[in-house]
Amino acid sequence: MRGIEKSLTDLEKLGVRPVAISVDLPQESRELCHKAGYTFSFLSDPNAEVIRRYDLLHPGAGHNGHDIARPAEFLVDSSRLIQWVNLTDDFRVRARPEQMLAAAANLP
Amino acid sequence: MEARRWNWHLWAGFLICLVGFASYPVIFVKFPVTRDIPWVNFLLLAAGLAILFYGLRLAFGDSAPYRGKITGPILGLLSALIVGLFCYFIFFMAHQLPVSAAAPHVGQQAPEFELADINNQPVSLAKLLSTPLPGTGAPPKGVLLVFYRGYW
Repeated sequence: MRGIEKSLTDLEKLGVRPVAISVDLPQESRELCHKAGYTFSFLSDPNAEVIRRYDLLHPGAGHNGHDIARPAEFLVDSSRLIQWVNLTDDFRVRARPEQMLAAAANLP
Repeated sequence: MEARRWNWHLWAGFLICLVGFASYPVIFVKFPVTRDIPWVNFLLLAAGLAILFYGLRLAFGDSAPYRGKITGPILGLLSALIVGLFCYFIFFMAHQLPVSAAAPHVGQQAPEFELADINNQPVSLAKLLSTPLPGTGAPPKGVLLVFYRGYW
């Protein structure tokens, strides 16, 4: 997330709007954004409905056996087609800003 | 008989192992360079084990002027457990992810959705794609969806 915040201007220059999605409640995300200084959109999917729709559910992996999202990144173009996907095989390792910027630069 | 000297190598090795383990979630996970491949922690753990092993050799050496015949093996075992736990987390636990075979792939339509933002306002994918970007005044060429585990 910090990487995205740092690259926010560059992403926007390439015409890309980053959006973070998790099971965190709106007020939890609001606190996170406030504390960490994130200025891009954070959306809340507390029942993991969208996370399920994208087949990204990691059952029982959260605190107290909560269902959460596995990390994943998708770049969606203006006609709602997916142009780039990153599904990590190690939850410590996420897409780097360079990868996201490269994918953004390749948008039609 | 000459009093045996304190074998500080054993304690130093154990402490370095402890630091090598605990510093990952506390410090090094925050920086991609030390997170993706935890080389700082591996170096610390290796150094800790080496110093501890040296301490054990001193304790069990020929003339054995050093203490540590009891604490040495105990600290050694604990350190080995710490290193084992760290390797288990990095090489096994972190890879326990669902397959996500049905996740949308390149060329497919991204499923539409509507979710609440941090101000409890509903935001849809269509809206994200049509609302002008700050600065440019034009709608974005794309939206980057970043699913994350959350901080609960």
